[in-house]
Formats: sequence, C-alpha cells, structure tokens
Amino acid sequence: MRQLLHSALKVGAVVAAIAGLMPADAAAQGKTLKFVPQADLRVLDPIWTTGYITRNHGYMVYDTLLAIDADYNVKPQMAEKWTISDDKLTYTFTLRDGLKFHDGQPVRAADCIASIQRWGKRDTFGQTLMASVAAMEPIDDKNFKIVLKKPFALLLDALAKPSSNVPFIMPERHAKTDAFEQIKEVIGSGPFKFVPNEWVPGNKVVYVKNTDYVPRKEPPSWASGGKVAKVDRVEWIYLPDAATASAALAAGEVDWWEAPPADLLPVLARSKDIKVENIDPLGSVGIVRFNHLQPPFNNPKMRQALLYVVDQHDYLLAIAGSEKNGKACMSFFTCGTPMASDVGAEVMKGPRSMDKAKQLIKEAGYNGEKIVILSATDQPIVHSQGLLTADLLRQLGLNVELAASDWGTLLNRRASKEPVDKGGWSIFHTWWVGTDLANPAVNAPARGNGANGWFGWSTDEKLEALRNQWFEAPDVESQRKIAEEMQKRSWEVVPFVPTAQFILPTAFRTNISGVIIAPVAFLWNVEKK
Amino acid sequence: MFAYIVRRLLATIPVMGVVAIFVFSLLYLTPGDPAVIIAGDFATVDDVARIRAKLGLDQPFHIRFGDWLWAVLHGDLGISIFTNLPVARLIGQRVEPTVALTLFTLIIAVIFAVPMGVLAAWKAGQWLDRAVMAFAVIGFSVPIFVLAYLLIFGLSIGLELLPVQGYVSITEGFWPFLERLILPSIALGVTYMALIARITRASMLDVLSQDYIRTAQAKGMAANQVLIGHALKNAAVPIVTIIGIGIALLISGVVVTETVFAIPGIGRLTVDAILRRDYPIIQGVILMFSAVYVLINLLVDLSYTLLDPRIRY
Repeated sequence: MRQLLHSALKVGAVVAAIAGLMPADAAAQGKTLKFVPQADLRVLDPIWTTGYITRNHGYMVYDTLLAIDADYNVKPQMAEKWTISDDKLTYTFTLRDGLKFHDGQPVRAADCIASIQRWGKRDTFGQTLMASVAAMEPIDDKNFKIVLKKPFALLLDALAKPSSNVPFIMPERHAKTDAFEQIKEVIGSGPFKFVPNEWVPGNKVVYVKNTDYVPRKEPPSWASGGKVAKVDRVEWIYLPDAATASAALAAGEVDWWEAPPADLLPVLARSKDIKVENIDPLGSVGIVRFNHLQPPFNNPKMRQALLYVVDQHDYLLAIAGSEKNGKACMSFFTCGTPMASDVGAEVMKGPRSMDKAKQLIKEAGYNGEKIVILSATDQPIVHSQGLLTADLLRQLGLNVELAASDWGTLLNRRASKEPVDKGGWSIFHTWWVGTDLANPAVNAPARGNGANGWFGWSTDEKLEALRNQWFEAPDVESQRKIAEEMQKRSWEVVPFVPTAQFILPTAFRTNISGVIIAPVAFLWNVEKK
Repeated sequence: MFAYIVRRLLATIPVMGVVAIFVFSLLYLTPGDPAVIIAGDFATVDDVARIRAKLGLDQPFHIRFGDWLWAVLHGDLGISIFTNLPVARLIGQRVEPTVALTLFTLIIAVIFAVPMGVLAAWKAGQWLDRAVMAFAVIGFSVPIFVLAYLLIFGLSIGLELLPVQGYVSITEGFWPFLERLILPSIALGVTYMALIARITRASMLDVLSQDYIRTAQAKGMAANQVLIGHALKNAAVPIVTIIGIGIALLISGVVVTETVFAIPGIGRLTVDAILRRDYPIIQGVILMFSAVYVLINLLVDLSYTLLDPRIRY
C-alpha cells in the first residue's frame, strides 16, 4: 500500500516535472543548514531589545571586539591586541587586518566607538562602564583609545559581554541611531550575511556565508576564536508548534531544533537519526521574583519564608522534566561560574520546613492580604514555576490568586507598581540564561537599586554598595570575597529565590557535526554531511 | 444590477469605518503594551517608558487614532512595531499561502462534499446516507489540530509520503507547492466538507419532494438528469450561501492549520501580532478581513441571480 501510494505521488511528481513545473534544483540542500530557533525573530536590532533570539541573530551577522572563552578569559576577536596604560586609565585597541562589513566597507575605529557608545546607552553593564569613561577617540582607522575618569577593572569584561546586550560592532552610520530606535538595515561584519528579501517574520530568516570574512586562527571557544562558516546558507525556520517541529526533525526536513520542550526529549532520543545533547554548559536559572514595593512581600520575613519551603528538585522536575537536565543551585550567582558559592545556602538545603515558614509569616504580621502570582500559560517554564509556588503558598495558608495570562500580558502587568487591588502583583517567575546571572555586573535581579531597578524593585543600600565595591576589586579573588558578602546579604533581604539551574538539551540530526559547546547556539563551525 | 453592485460597494465604506473605530478602540482598551515586550526581560521601567515615547504609544487615544486613520486613508497601513517592516508588505507576504490554502480547501471540499450530500439525499435512509452523515458528525467533532497530527503521523512520518510542514510558492514549482497543501487542506477542509454535505443533503431532500421532481421521474428521465439538472440546480441557493459563510469558518480555521503545518499565512500573522500587541498589524489584518468578508457576501448575493432567475436586484 505504501509502495503504491509512493508510486502514485512520484508519478504525479514526474508528470509535473515533465510539464516543467518542478523546481530545477534541490542539489544545494546539502549546503543549507535548516535550523529551528527557540523563538521567532521579530526584531533585528540587538541593542534595541534584549531578546535572546535577537542576540543570536546578532551573533550571526555581527562580530565583537572582544569575546569570553569557555574558561571565562577575555580574548581578542575583532581586535588584534590592546594595551593598558600604567595608570590604568587609557585602553588602546588595534583592529586586525581584513575586517570588512557586508557592504564591502572596511571596519574602522570610528565604527567601534559609535557601536560601544550606543550599546553603553542601553546595556546595564555598559551604562556602568560609560559612567567611568572620559572619552573614546580614534587614533587612526585601525586604532582607538578609551580614556577613563577612574580605573575600571572590568572594562575588557564589559566589551566581551557574551549575552544581551552584546556590544556588537556596527557601521558608524547605523550605530549613530538613537539607542531607543531600531536600526533600519542589517550590515555586520560577522561570518554570515542577513538576506532581507527572504525574511518572512513568523516563518523564515535566511543567512548566507560571508565569503569575505577572515576568521581568527584559534579554535572556536564560546564566542571567541575562529568563526568559520562551514555551510553556504542557513535558514532559521520558526516552527511554533512543538509536535510539528519534532515531526519535521524526524522526517529530516530540518537539521537542528534548538530548544525542544522537555516532554519531547525522550521521543527524540529514541530516533537513531537524531542526537539529543546538552551543549549549554551553564543552562538557565529559574527565579521567584517578589514585588518589594507592596505588601506582603515588602516585608523581608515574608520573602525569607519561601526559602524554607522552596524545594529546587521539585522546580527542576517541573521545568526540565528530569533531574538529569539540571541541578539544584543555591547561589544568587550562576553555579559553575567564578562568583558562585554556597555561602549561607543552608537555608535552602535539607528538609523543607513548613513550620519555620509559618513562623516567619506570623512574625511578618501577615493578615490575609491577597497575593497575586502572575503566570504565563504560553511559557511552560514560567507557568510550571507559578503553579508550584501557588501551591506552596496555599499550603502555608496564604490568600493566593494565580493570575494566568499570556506572556505579553504578564510583561505588561509586572511593570505596575500599584497594589494588587489596582492591577498590581506580588510574585512572578522567569528564567535567565546562566551568563546573565553570573556576576554582580550583569545580575539585575540581585541588585538593590529600588524603583529604578528591574521589575520587583528590590531596595537595599548595602547590596548596592557591595556591588560598587565589586567593580573596583583589583582581582578575581577579591571579587569572589565581595560576591560572597553579597550572597550573605541576599539571604537576608531575599531579592529573589533561585528555583533551579536547568539545561534544556538541543536536538540535531546525526549528519550535523561541529556544534560548539556554549551558552548560545552558535552556527559557525557547524558542518552538514 | 450595476447600480446594485455600486450601492453595495459604497455600503462597504461605512462598514469599514465602523470596523476601524471598533478595532482601534478595542486594542486601546485591551491590556498589553508592546514596549514592555520589545524592551525584554532585563529592561527597567525607564527603558520601557522611553520606548513607548519613541513609538508614540504615550499619546492619547484621539491623536493615535487620528494619525492612524489619516495614514490608512492615504493607503498607508503603517509600520510593524517589532519588525520595522511596512504592514502592507507583511500582509502581502502572507496573502498567497492563505489564499492558496483556502482555495485548495474550498475546491477539495466542494468537489467531495456536494456529491456526498446529493448521494445521501438520493439514498436517504440507506447505508450510503448513514455513512455520509456519520462522516459529517465525525468531521464536525474532530478538532482540526487532532486531525492534523493524525495526518502528519500517518502520511508524513509513517508512510513518508508528504512533507510535514512548510509552504512553497507556486512560482518555485507546482508539485512542491501542491504536496505541501494536501495535508493542511484535508485537515482544514473536513469540517467544511461536513457542513456542505449536510446542507446539500437537507436542501436536496427538500427539492426532491417537490412535484416537478416527481413529474420528471414519471416522464422517465434518467436519475442523474433529475438529480443534477433539476434537483441540484434548485437546491443550489442555500448551498452557495453556506459555502460563502463557510469561508469565515476557513478564515478562523487557518489560524490553527497554519500553526500546525508552519504555513506563513495571514492567520499566523494575526495571532502572532495579537500575542505581542503589534497594533498596526492587527489593525491592518482586521481591516483586510472585513473587506474580504463584505466582498464575499456581495459575490454570494450576486451568484443568486445566476442560480435562480426569479431573484433580481
């Protein structure tokens, strides 16, 4: 029967071919990598938005001056070298030879300066850096210097920042765009070129190999090293339906599915044609975020109560489906990174204690105020955490309302600083990729900068003071000590509760090789046989 | 007739005006703010406020509506907040897949459903009638996405006959175009087939009980001539009406079908725009849908004059 149906369809195809209706070429298939990204690419400007999908698009088309390698060392990328003056106030960068934008123009020092300036207006790490910058000046087309008002030991780390916002280098004319407006054209100098005419938002993004790109000689390591494009064309095919994506991968219609949901991983793993692998060494960290401005979680004892009942293993199972896909991480800085520690983490370890939590709630003077937990049903990682926390709080006898909506509505509502009876909220959940919580420079929820800070607006002068000290620490060891102090303080004021560190594996066909182990799915070095 | 067509076309203008005001007001009142989605998870409240200001979202209702209406009257549907592309281009990219899917589904549905309904009426009460009605009940009952997954599992994964997903333009080859439409059209068309088959049957049963049918049979006319030449022609008005109404069903159905089969059509464009509050796209798409709907109703009304000479406008 199957043969018969096949034959019938093939006859149809032959007839169509004879009639001249078939496409002439399917031969280029082997050179085209078909990649199913984690989300739909809607915004092309990686400075305008912090969305991870736009960051990943940025890595395809743009290059960076510096980059972090797998050992967290800063490496030159577009830069050939840099020098630091003895007073540590002047950094001079030299660009390497052969750098060209996709429009054929050479990359100049002026392009780098304008790009860093624009990035520094939007990125939190960049803003901190720019507060110390006195001037950025081109010396000639290949050299420029950054002059500081006071030493900023993390300048190189800032320019090598691996996650949103990444300081990508754009042509000066694009980088001069207001940082709160989108650039109108995508011209980078990275290993792939964006093909604007083939971009169908909600469906497909096309990149072609940048044949003018001169990769570094070093092997790739995270975003550093040689970015060698080994396919001629990359198609990002957005498949919003997980079952369809799974079927498309099984049928070989796509080569790589970046973020399959946990419940489909066992199905994919059973296929001999598909590899399911963890390529992200850090994964992501789930968090419970409180509204620090409104009762009852403006009281630290209420926030501390959760530390005694949150069981990270439960959250890990809910988010990632299996304990194999992550681990408990009782640190405010991503486990596996230099600033992580378990100082003070005893409070989250061991058997969970409802009694202790209830005692803290009583001491906080909780009087039945309504607690609104925002949840997004279209974001499984958010919703599963929301359901668990709601259940825990109800077990503690709290008056809980789970406000389920779509992610867009949640993002909107969480901006409200009003009380819950005026459209405000008490708790929401989200997750951050590991690199974005790795240290005090990038970790926004661990800050204590109040109403000017990240949603939830945790306020603590001591945390902010420690963060400022961290920036001025002379070496990694000193930084670690300050990070430990920050962690001790965080267990007291509880800016957020880490729920688990999870790694969602990726799935690709067995004819794909050269996948780089990194927190971002980089598509250079990837070969398709 | 010509005057009627002109009158109907002119009548679409106030309809579109009401739709425009309604859609704009609804979106204005709906909670959600594209600026917070653009700004992303790391943004501060200040970042969001600055993006809102740049996008003009902090302006009062009447100014935003006035600007939008003025632009629409000049043929400008605006720029997508997220993609920075003109809404007309985005809709233009998506029209072909949706039209292809809808037309193909319509053709399949009519080709199969009308004969099924005619045969069911002809053999009313017999096994053929029961089989058609059973199909109709199942067709109505099975959700599109369930049928879609079953088709993918059976015909794409199991038998490897047809592609799982995607759309290829007819300009890139007829067979690649056609093979990607077969499964979505079946998934989308079954409900529609069930509807047309049931209405055809009911309408045919009504006509078949008329005196002139008995007269035709008494004269010894062949069954197929009676059914097609006499009965079906007279039963056509309600069938055409339901085909027209059914296009609305298809428009709502394409959202699910396009999502499951990853077809970049208008349905997905609409849902994506709603989820991220891309107001210019939502407004543009709804205006377009309402215009299409008004035109389909007009075409259905005009077709009555061809099917029933007693109807005059």
